[in-house]
Amino acid sequence: MRLIDVSLNNLRRRKGRMALLVFGLMIGVATVVALTAITSTLRADIASKMDQYGANILIVPDANDLSLSYGGVTVASAAFDVGELTMPDLVQIETIKDAASIAIVAPKLLGTTNVGGQNVLVAGVRFPDEIRLKQWWHVSQGMEPSDPMDALLGSRLATALGLGPGDRVEIQGQSFQVVGVLAENGSQDDDILFIDLAEAQQAMGKPGSVSLAEVAALCNACPVEEMVDQISGVLPQARVTALRQAVQLRMDTVGQLEKFALAVSAVVVAIGSLVVLTTMLGAVAERRQEIGLFRALGFRQTHVMRVILSEAALVSVAGGLCGWLLGMGAAIILAPRLAGVTEPVIWSPWLAFASLGGALMIGLLASLYPARSAAKLDPSIALRSL
Amino acid sequence: MITLEKVSKIYNGNQVPVYALREVSLGVAEGEFVAVMGPSGSGKSTLLSVLGAMNSPSEGTVVIDGIDVYHLKAEQQADFRHEYIGFVFQQLQLLPYLTAQENVQLTLAIARMPKAEKAERAREALAQVGLKGKEGRLPYQLSGGEQGRVAVARSIVNQPPLLLADEPTGNLDRQTGTQVLELLRELNQAGQTVIMVTHDPLAAQYAGRTVQILDGEVVGHQEMGRP
Repeated sequence: MRLIDVSLNNLRRRKGRMALLVFGLMIGVATVVALTAITSTLRADIASKMDQYGANILIVPDANDLSLSYGGVTVASAAFDVGELTMPDLVQIETIKDAASIAIVAPKLLGTTNVGGQNVLVAGVRFPDEIRLKQWWHVSQGMEPSDPMDALLGSRLATALGLGPGDRVEIQGQSFQVVGVLAENGSQDDDILFIDLAEAQQAMGKPGSVSLAEVAALCNACPVEEMVDQISGVLPQARVTALRQAVQLRMDTVGQLEKFALAVSAVVVAIGSLVVLTTMLGAVAERRQEIGLFRALGFRQTHVMRVILSEAALVSVAGGLCGWLLGMGAAIILAPRLAGVTEPVIWSPWLAFASLGGALMIGLLASLYPARSAAKLDPSIALRSL
Repeated sequence: MITLEKVSKIYNGNQVPVYALREVSLGVAEGEFVAVMGPSGSGKSTLLSVLGAMNSPSEGTVVIDGIDVYHLKAEQQADFRHEYIGFVFQQLQLLPYLTAQENVQLTLAIARMPKAEKAERAREALAQVGLKGKEGRLPYQLSGGEQGRVAVARSIVNQPPLLLADEPTGNLDRQTGTQVLELLRELNQAGQTVIMVTHDPLAAQYAGRTVQILDGEVVGHQEMGRP
């Protein structure tokens, strides 16, 4: 028989109490693990979606005469042909060092036209790129454009003009058929008439011209600023800007979620510690006679502490392990359902070690006081209770 | 072997000092079997705990085998208990979830020796008290007398120079109590020093000498004729 055998024997004897302790720690660890796994997966998921679909670089002509704005960014006026970009310019983007990281280039030509006596902002776009880039676009009436002579209307513009799918609009003498109306999304897109880029260039008499281009870059591999520098290098006549607001907003949300998870984890850790403390105090009080016997048989205070702390360590490791498994299981089940995460939950060895280490630390720290109390039992007081 | 010199134990209850022991001086030679007798509350259990390095006296010295016990630090006192003292408790105090063998081995849990040697020593101690073949039984699977024997085996497994017995027959039926007393006598006859606290005159007859204690003071000694 060794000291560890004394601990193991006691655990076997008090299965109910120890199972309760393992369960308490398991729930605590599982909560922390699930929250951590979900938030880190959410962060990876957002990064992945951002890289694939979100525009994070805007290219506009470096012009002084500005009169039109798009997406909060002023661009060169259609009335003055100052510093416009051209389609061959955009081909240059493919020559940069990190060209493989460019997911989408969505060029636009902006102009104005008169429809039914109203001045209307017209945007020539490449519909497949535009739709892939703007995941938030939703065609509420009609369908997505498929023909070069199709037009798509922003929701407020459709209401103002009283137009809908099936109606026709004249732009610089060319007739386009409205095939769809976008659902209102709160952006400037609600007031724009979208047509095919090549048709717009022809209608506006600006073949090959582009007012601006939005670029989605896979910037997990490289900082977006580096991409901006590289594009600026090949397009000296353009102003290249990193768009961070939307991404930053989403990341901020995850950041807040992580803070919330941290706060919940702190509360759970505190409750877990209290559960361990009270359970171990109860166990020590229950075992006064036994501990008194140990002391009478010549166990040192450190021996008694080792017995109690070994029990706490064994229970904590079991609680940590079960909690990690339960937490990861909960994250796998809950992440897609609650947070709409499409990325697979990340199996981090760090989280496994942290679960075991954290549970062990809580178990040992919370058992320190009960163990010291047990160790300090005066053997004669223990004898008296025998 | 044992010398108590003017040992007093004073408790301060309600601001009035209460003497559990008052200037007790006592000598016990190696190989003696001494019974400490007295009524309840006379101080005999306090005397036993002082002898067992568990209860520091307020005054006086306790020297066992040349060691001034209460000059040792707390952890050294624990080591001293482990090496020098074997206890047989009033209620035997066997752990119900351990087998006879494991209960005996409990004393050796902190000893620095191989596991196999611990097991062998425990088997030998059980054989010494006549429980060979019953090592794997749990306490409830043993008779009262057998449980008493396990308790005695636990107290001698470490071969301590001194065996202290606290009312070893107090909670046992007459037959079981007699078995334990006979075992203590056998051990004593083999050279073991035994000090037993009892209020039972029949139990005291197994000792070679009785020490009478009353209100914390030694009031008499008597050499006993062996039955």
